Amino acid sequence: MAAANRRYNSLTMRFLHQMGEVAEVMGRTLRDVFRPPFEVRIFVQQLASIGVDSMMVVSITAAFGGLVFGLQTYSGFHKYVGAGTEVYSGPIISVGLCKELIPLLVALMIAGRVGSSMTAELGTMKITEQIDALASLGADPSRYLVVPRTLAAIITVPILTLYGDMIGIFCGFFYNIVGMGVNRVVYIRNALLYFNFWDVSVGLVKAVVFGFVIATVGCWQGLKAEGGAEGVGRATTRSVVISSISVLILNFFLSKALPK
Amino acid sequence: MIQIVDLWKSFGPKPVLRGVCLEVGAGETMVIIGQSGSGKSVLLKHIIGMLKPDRGQVIVDGVDITHLRAREMPDTLRKFGMLFQGAALFDSLTVGENVAFGLRRYTKSTKKELEAVVTESLEKVGLRGVERLMPHELSGGMRKRVGLARAIAYKPQIILYDEPSTGIDPIRADSINDLINQMKRDLGVTSVVITHDMVSCYKVADRIGMLYNGVVIETGTPAEIQATANPVVRQFISGQAAGPITDW
Repeated sequence: MAAANRRYNSLTMRFLHQMGEVAEVMGRTLRDVFRPPFEVRIFVQQLASIGVDSMMVVSITAAFGGLVFGLQTYSGFHKYVGAGTEVYSGPIISVGLCKELIPLLVALMIAGRVGSSMTAELGTMKITEQIDALASLGADPSRYLVVPRTLAAIITVPILTLYGDMIGIFCGFFYNIVGMGVNRVVYIRNALLYFNFWDVSVGLVKAVVFGFVIATVGCWQGLKAEGGAEGVGRATTRSVVISSISVLILNFFLSKALPK
Repeated sequence: MIQIVDLWKSFGPKPVLRGVCLEVGAGETMVIIGQSGSGKSVLLKHIIGMLKPDRGQVIVDGVDITHLRAREMPDTLRKFGMLFQGAALFDSLTVGENVAFGLRRYTKSTKKELEAVVTESLEKVGLRGVERLMPHELSGGMRKRVGLARAIAYKPQIILYDEPSTGIDPIRADSINDLINQMKRDLGVTSVVITHDMVSCYKVADRIGMLYNGVVIETGTPAEIQATANPVVRQFISGQAAGPITDW
């Protein structure tokens, strides 16, 4: 019993310690965003690396997300509500994709593709003393490495989400209208009637938070990596797991907190 | 120029520095020797202000850098150039951008001025026409030279060398030793070198200090160190497995 208590206390302390570390990285990043010098070149590089380079993976994810969502809503209406009611699946697809599925899928893809890459890059810099070299040359690693990456993620993840929304909705509609022969005019009219700007905005607000979390966790894990190549590998795995779980948990609470 | 006064540092429960005291005079080359894991690199990182001690002072030109605020550090850092063990060149930047990195931060030089200084610094370390290469295209010896060019580009008063001869063959290691002596001769810099390579140590040192069990147990000129009666120092400099040092 005493051993179990000690283990519980040790795990709690470790969890609290790690939360403290993340909070410190987040706080420092938010503070440094507004303090010069601004690393414009790295920021632009990161915009390209996170945004442009992720478009293919987001396209595929959003397309198949939209197709499967279209398939399930069509089947659901057809089976449980009745033949002909499939024309009402338009707004469900649009709202469901924009508010929930696409922000979540895009964030998970970015956590896997970009968060892991940030951790691996910064972790390698850490174990090869490049972070120390930065500091010795008067460059604050937080401002030079973390701020441009975080800022770029906060900007690009919502843009990718918006792009994913469009592809997902198009594919959902495509499945229903072209694939299943649902009446195009009624389907689109219903979709436009019940779908509004706020539904898209909720997804974009989530995407901003997800971008911030993914970049912060990616950089935090990279900067604390140690133990050679194996340590960088472990940090990269941890980064993806922590980011993905954080995104899933935050998604629920944001869905609950944001106006419906 | 550099005074280290009663410096203590622990990482968790493990004490690494336990009251280090050392003085390095202006223009002097001080070589710190000691076993792997004896805290030499930790000491070097305290000298440049990258680590904060648990207790003690590092005084550079009369200023205690252990109590400087973050915004006061750049002025102190500018006095230092550092050559890292693996050179620590930035992978994503070209050789030229690496060498210009500190200069860009510390000065408002124009692009042409930067290019001129980069070329001059690379020539000082015996390299030409490598500005556009990426670090992964260089050999180990060339990387160290570029690392040194980056350290001297903004004309620091103090250069810190972390294991400069480690990881390269003896001929290249000797050329790095020559460069350390050349930097002292041409630029008049103060140097702190940490190494466990005694050939390199004797070639570059004005004075040698040995770090053991978290303290500097002996300092002296190369001749004095070679003639020491201290059994720990004798065992280390002669590279004997048998002796009072048993924790290897």
